Amino acid sequence: MSEKVGVYICHCGTNIAKTVDVEDVAVWAGDQPDVEIARDYKFMCSSLGQDLIEEDIKEKGLTRVVVAACSPHMHEKTFRTACERGGLNPFLFEMVNVREHNSWTTDDREAATKKAKALVNGAVERVIYHQELEMMPLEINPNTLVVGGGIAGISASLELADAGYHVYLVEREPSIGGHMAQLDKTFPTLDCSACILTPRMVEVGQHPNITLLTWSEVENVEGYLGNFTVTVRKKARYINEEHCTGCGICIEKCPFKVTDDVFEAGLSTRKVIYRPFPQAVPKYPVIDTENCVYFLRGKCKACQIFCPTEPNSIDFEQQDEFLNIDVGNIILATGYDLFDVSKIPQYGYGRLANVFTSLEFERLVNAAGPTSGNIVLRDMETPPDKVAIVHCVGSRDENYHKYCSKVCCMYSLKFAHLVHERLPDAEVYNCYIDMRTPGKGYEEFYNRLLEEGTHFIRGKVADITDSARTDEEEGKLIVQVNDTLIDKQRRIPVDMVILSPAMEARYDSRKITQLFRMGCDFDGFFVERHPKLDPVATMTEGIYIAGACQGPKDIPDSVSQGAAAAARVAGLIARGTVYIEPVRASIIEEQCSGCRICNNLCPYNAIIFNEDKEVSEIITALCQGCGTCVAACPSAAITGAHFTNDQLMSQIEGILWDVGKGLESIKKVESVAEIGD
Amino acid sequence: MTEQYEPIIVGFLCNWCSYRAADLAGTSRLHYAPNLRVIRVMCSGRVDPQFVLKALRQGADGVMIAGCHPGECHYVEGNIKALRRFLLLKQMLRQLGIEKERVQLVWASASEGIILADAINRMTEEVRALGPLRWQDSVIGANGHKEGETVQDAPVPEEV
Repeated sequence: MSEKVGVYICHCGTNIAKTVDVEDVAVWAGDQPDVEIARDYKFMCSSLGQDLIEEDIKEKGLTRVVVAACSPHMHEKTFRTACERGGLNPFLFEMVNVREHNSWTTDDREAATKKAKALVNGAVERVIYHQELEMMPLEINPNTLVVGGGIAGISASLELADAGYHVYLVEREPSIGGHMAQLDKTFPTLDCSACILTPRMVEVGQHPNITLLTWSEVENVEGYLGNFTVTVRKKARYINEEHCTGCGICIEKCPFKVTDDVFEAGLSTRKVIYRPFPQAVPKYPVIDTENCVYFLRGKCKACQIFCPTEPNSIDFEQQDEFLNIDVGNIILATGYDLFDVSKIPQYGYGRLANVFTSLEFERLVNAAGPTSGNIVLRDMETPPDKVAIVHCVGSRDENYHKYCSKVCCMYSLKFAHLVHERLPDAEVYNCYIDMRTPGKGYEEFYNRLLEEGTHFIRGKVADITDSARTDEEEGKLIVQVNDTLIDKQRRIPVDMVILSPAMEARYDSRKITQLFRMGCDFDGFFVERHPKLDPVATMTEGIYIAGACQGPKDIPDSVSQGAAAAARVAGLIARGTVYIEPVRASIIEEQCSGCRICNNLCPYNAIIFNEDKEVSEIITALCQGCGTCVAACPSAAITGAHFTNDQLMSQIEGILWDVGKGLESIKKVESVAEIGD
Repeated sequence: MTEQYEPIIVGFLCNWCSYRAADLAGTSRLHYAPNLRVIRVMCSGRVDPQFVLKALRQGADGVMIAGCHPGECHYVEGNIKALRRFLLLKQMLRQLGIEKERVQLVWASASEGIILADAINRMTEEVRALGPLRWQDSVIGANGHKEGETVQDAPVPEEV
């Protein structure tokens, strides 16, 4: 095989040249067989550097190009384009990483130079086996699936719908709105959560470009960027949505009540046929079959009897529906769960009546909540004289979650403010580890609370108990805390304790990542493609994330991430066709023995068995190019484009050029063995 | 004074996690042993056991396969397939008389440059302590048994 390889070694200013003797590598590379020309240059990625490659391809007739510079994740595309401009297929190029993987990791100039030579040689040997490939065009379906109808999902849906693209918004609960719908005021501006959220919810409900699927869950996802097919299970509401006007008479007439553990956080009751809250979108109620007397004992039907619509909207026979939806992109905005505070027994939640979680307090203080906004103890009538707010419950804690939940300091300050506002005589103690208020107007809000007379105690709460040691403590909850600013253990008797629990990943976030074939971190939060430069994309093409499913976030951050994800999707839709790397596997029919080992290996079900020909076949559009099947094929009938066995074997040989001397002796031994046979 | 023996280790790093971990190690200027020579594959599941044998036979003293953490694979579970193959390969290598430290499987996510760098350092020291592999003499030449002559010829590092 005779190819004309051009090798280019970048100084990267001094980044590479400081540790690697680039001139030496270039001179050495120039002496290697097949290498037509080897050059070193100050900045290969500069336009002059790229021109060098372009001119050499044209003038010296190079048929392969190797550039030793930074990581291919940085500049592979740059140099591929340069090759293309020179008239060379961009896949006849190989990049060598001598910066991130070499010059930056050692001060040993001799070792780094030796390593650079090995890596360059590996690339030269590999590139000879490269084949011309064409980028694969991919049509993008303009519809988008948004999973999760919290504020992040709502923002993403509205952005896309307003841009003229159709959105399917899937929500697990009977109404959209998410956690934000449960909140009272929002920090630091203290505007009422419902007042700013409900108009957005109504907009979603009425938007011609949004198909709203509440009380629904994604069951299955197939396909790839541009062409996903999603199966959504629309759970039976037992309400005919075509006839129901949402008048609410059925709810009024339903004779049975149960505790509302979801929306009212257990502080109030709801009917068995219910809407989570009055402003719910959509307005249709849902029957809770676990508690409905008709479903349990076959009697009642009060809702049906009193339903005023014609024909009747109550349909006890309704079944779950399975919808197949074709979309081009998917945005996941599945939100968060609150840390279960009963996991910390010393804080007494569940045992001590007047220990509340933040969400319970949100409902208490909410004008639309069970007490119409009156702050009272668990008996629902006595207002507290003293309130303690405990920050970092389950956050920044080695035993639970190491991370900071980001929003708790701010909403704990908000709680303190609301107590001062509603109960001017009450004392408020905020027990914090560090006060974290980074955000527009946040520090100002903290300063305002300092002036309002909140007691700030810097220290982690050790214990909350009702066993009194003094008369003053009798009948109170005692918060035991080490006040680190005065270095003293303090016992603070209070009437009410509010715990600010950590935000954690949804309990089923791992299941979701498997469903959508993307990754989550150790804490269960979804992993973004790049923590800084690509915070909404995931490693799976066509799947984007927004809101607290990616990590703890406040409302403004969730809204902007939702909009950002929508912008990314809109960009793809506007382009219509994207080109993806042709790194795909294919099967050489003649070599396939039909053993089917590969059939079950593919995580994308891209390999099918052709019964007529008795060989396996790869659906190129489904293949993602991982190469697992290539490595598994016992007949070497599967090739992975751009990562073929020939290419990788030659690279191994090339990379070990300085120690591979033993090869001749191996051949000798093998031939001896043959004679022996 | 005898020069310190420098083992050569070939690393098969997956494009999404471990290769990026190595990028991050570089970007964070983490210094580690310059003994690893990296070959990029799209997924650790692409690593054919033949690649490992090829590298060893070609003169490498060790091979590192690095992938995403289980559950975090870019291709869902390619790393699990790599793990299965690795466990089988380990059995075979043992029968060939190749020490287990010479072929290692490492998980490192894209944010774990330091974990990868540590693994490279550790593996380099372990292989350095074992000395050169000398495949053709010890594995093929002596049919898997290291004969006295071969062992005496092998350079023994000072610190052992």
